[in-house]
Amino acid sequence: MASYATARPTGRFETYSWLFMRVSGIVLLVMAVFHLLLMHYGIGVENLSFDVVAARWANPLWKLYDFFLLLFALTHGMNGARILTNEYIGAGGWRVFLKTVTALLYGVLVVMGAWVIVTFTSAPA
Amino acid sequence: MPERTSFRDGLRYRGGANMWAWRLHRITGLGVLLFLCIHILETFTVSFGPDFYNQTMELYNSALFKVGEVGLLFAVLYHSINGLRITIQDFWPSLWRHERAFLWASAIILFLVFVPLAIWGLLPVFRGEL
Repeated sequence: MASYATARPTGRFETYSWLFMRVSGIVLLVMAVFHLLLMHYGIGVENLSFDVVAARWANPLWKLYDFFLLLFALTHGMNGARILTNEYIGAGGWRVFLKTVTALLYGVLVVMGAWVIVTFTSAPA
Repeated sequence: MPERTSFRDGLRYRGGANMWAWRLHRITGLGVLLFLCIHILETFTVSFGPDFYNQTMELYNSALFKVGEVGLLFAVLYHSINGLRITIQDFWPSLWRHERAFLWASAIILFLVFVPLAIWGLLPVFRGEL
């Protein structure tokens, strides 16, 4: 089998993107897999409720954990969607449309996710 | 390396195991991203108070979603293990010579981690509890 690495990016932004995907990937390998195992096998999705969320988020360290997991996962995922659009969708209307949707979704979901983590209190509204 | 490839060219390209690992990496990535979007929206409803959030979470308690959870588990584990393989090989490019061995190692690790967790996760479905 030929010896070659994955296509090296050209340009400053794409080089940072290339590096970010690998570094955040390692971070997510630890944080996201732990989160998934804890929620699905430790606590169990069937046991998740408002009270369970309130008990977890009473500890600011869990809020911090979830906040960074949100940032890393969404940035990694949306940057991945951006890369796929660049590679599979030819230049033109569809490409502009998909990249705009990706950017908008990224912004809206980061704000929604961050807002709910930061402002959450167990006292019902 | 061309900037873009048409979908049909992609399907016709005969790249072997490497190419399939690459394709599956992108499919599982998109799948996890889709779940992440739903997951953020669903967690957002916790700000509407206990009643609304608990009702939202009820949606997850069905056999269909249990199977979906196993799909998510597969996608996350595959994407993690294959991504780690790519990262290791990219940071030490001489290792690309041993790509076949790396692909086999990834497949074996994935199998050993995924199968027990999948069976454990699906036990309530097998028992007919859902």
